[in-house]
Amino acid sequence: MKSRIVLIGAVALASLFASKTLSAQVGAPYIHDPSTIMECDGKYYTFGTGGGGLISEDGWNWHSGAVRPGGGAAPDAVKIGDRYLVGYSATGGGLGGGHAGRILTMWNKTLDPDSPDFEYTEAVEVASSLVDEDCDAIDVGFLLDPSTGRLFCTYGTYFGFIRQVELDPKTGYRLEGNEAIDVAIDCEASVMMYNNGWYYLLGTHGTCCDGVNSTYNIVCGRSKNPNGPFIDNVGRTMIEGGGKMVAAPEERRFGAGHFGRIVLEEGVEKASFHWEADLDLSGRSTLAIRPLLWKNDWPEVGELVQEGTYEIESVRRGYALELSVDFVRAAGGMRGFGRSADETVVVIENQKLEEVSGDWPAKTPIRISDYMNRPHQKWSFVAVPEAGGYLGGPYFKIVIEGTDRALTATADCELESAPFEGTDAQLWRVDQLTDGTYRIMPKAVPGCEEALCLVSVADSTPTLAKFNFNSDNCKWNLKHFKAL
Amino acid sequence: MNTRMILRTALVSALVLLSCTAVSGQKKNKKIDVAEALSGYFTPATAEPATPDTKGFIRRWLLLEPISKPNRSNTVFTDSYIRDAFAAEPYEGMFTTLPKDGQKVKVMVEKQAPVNLTAGRPMMPTAPAEPVFEKATLTWYALDSKLFNVKLFRFATGLDNERYGAIFEAYTVVECDEDIENVRMAVGSNSASMWWLNGEEAVILSGDRRMVMDDCMSKRLTLKKGRNIIRGSVINGPGMSDFCLRFIDEAGRPVRNIKIVCQ
Repeated sequence: MKSRIVLIGAVALASLFASKTLSAQVGAPYIHDPSTIMECDGKYYTFGTGGGGLISEDGWNWHSGAVRPGGGAAPDAVKIGDRYLVGYSATGGGLGGGHAGRILTMWNKTLDPDSPDFEYTEAVEVASSLVDEDCDAIDVGFLLDPSTGRLFCTYGTYFGFIRQVELDPKTGYRLEGNEAIDVAIDCEASVMMYNNGWYYLLGTHGTCCDGVNSTYNIVCGRSKNPNGPFIDNVGRTMIEGGGKMVAAPEERRFGAGHFGRIVLEEGVEKASFHWEADLDLSGRSTLAIRPLLWKNDWPEVGELVQEGTYEIESVRRGYALELSVDFVRAAGGMRGFGRSADETVVVIENQKLEEVSGDWPAKTPIRISDYMNRPHQKWSFVAVPEAGGYLGGPYFKIVIEGTDRALTATADCELESAPFEGTDAQLWRVDQLTDGTYRIMPKAVPGCEEALCLVSVADSTPTLAKFNFNSDNCKWNLKHFKAL
Repeated sequence: MNTRMILRTALVSALVLLSCTAVSGQKKNKKIDVAEALSGYFTPATAEPATPDTKGFIRRWLLLEPISKPNRSNTVFTDSYIRDAFAAEPYEGMFTTLPKDGQKVKVMVEKQAPVNLTAGRPMMPTAPAEPVFEKATLTWYALDSKLFNVKLFRFATGLDNERYGAIFEAYTVVECDEDIENVRMAVGSNSASMWWLNGEEAVILSGDRRMVMDDCMSKRLTLKKGRNIIRGSVINGPGMSDFCLRFIDEAGRPVRNIKIVCQ
């Protein structure tokens, strides 16, 4: 009777957790050609084609409201000192039209339209193209080179070359005497990055603006010289049309374009771009924010953490996070080595929650141990919509599968499992890091103002401590995914 | 008499003391030169306080001869099992009183037949249907481990004691010039073990454990100014048994500004 009640309860809880696959940002994240996301006074901003843009207070829930004058196409933004340089283009006419384009830049002290300091300077032209030139001067992208302080600007479309000019980071004007350099063909929405001694040129290939049939995708080449040539992974320059894939379609979203990079801290980076069509949002063009990974010095867009059940594996040792409860031996046992080959094969089921959880106390410590696919090692990540989110993801509750035993931060900066009550100590931010592993952070630790994350301080002991990208103690893998 | 001479005198005295034909273990049928028997892995502790080694490992320990506790497998060492096993005080006052080097104590131990060492692999004897208990006299030894890990198996075999199926008890004292906050006790043990600091449970290592440096750690602790008493119990079935213990600070660095004594 008791075990039946437990089973029914577990099923009911499991059904409560069932929810749809996480897709894009939430709110009204509708935008085309988004500029690189800027953080300003605790809010996030991105601008799009046609003027205006989106604002988010947490990086997850987006709505319209950003203000950019000038109309035109495909803006970009970069923070230089305590000001924001915003660029946009007075557009040409597309592939079949005229190609007289102009790249313009302007400054603002703030991106908050409600701030008394919100005022754009007069836009100045920094590059242009003639009607029938081998260039279409739209789709601006900025790089403030962190190694030299130089400010590069790329622009262009499929109509001819992608070009690079250099601007004065103090004024936003074109450097005196600077000549444009051809750096790529057959792409648009270009932008540069600098990472680990390499300069990267990213461009968007494929078909734009065709909704669910858009083949837009983001590729890149790299060079040790900021002026290129930018070479892909098989040795082609981008002038030859080369490019290694950075962002491709997902199962329900198509047409990745207009890349932007956001470095939150060492090891924690995000890529912003748009989907030409999100099938879960009427096939509209939407803002995408994904983890940015680096593999062998090549950038690659990761995926959102999906709701589901995982092993949380420590990178430190490869052990699994688990409830600190008595290990219960599974059925099957030791079969011996000398048995007959003719013995009938039987399938042994995995250990089930109801077989082991009867004696679990309401609250238990958390530890790390050998992964054995046991119930006390299976963690369900369930988004908590009312809890909001962060740049690139919602807050999750992390509970033992089929229960409400939630991973909980304690006031002494340690961990326990406790019944889920929705407190900040039970809400978790999950960031995929640049090396593909994950950082797992509580929204808040009771009585602690510092941002702490889940750390494997010993092989078998987890704790909460400051994040350090250079320590495997702070990194986790999410493995053995099973959908809710 | 300079410090060096004091040290030498203390060492010689200790060696003489330890060499006094100790009768060890539950068998009591063989006289052993303890210092010689343990010389591969231990030296007698000196009167001078010790310091942790370069990585912070504490090498000076009071070790009680193993208490027979037959187990044919280490897979039984769940949290509940070892809490029960370690809850029983082997002799009155052991949990609260720091033992002395050479102190003999009487304990009840679970009888087990000798391991068959002539087989290809040492074979654990078959356990009787019902456990049989007997009285035994065991001795505490103050020792310095030559290695970062304290080789309990070699301690046991050196004294011709139970090599498998045993509980080992350990004590040491950490002396601090001032409070040292936010440190963690970091332990590795083969097999399961529990550790207490000043009478409070600090670390539990359940399961069939291999000894791994920094396998389990306590929560953040304070080593208080003055004396801090560490007690540990290690349980093992078949296989070698050992442990290592150190303190680390919040940055992961070993705590070395401490002194280690056994009295």
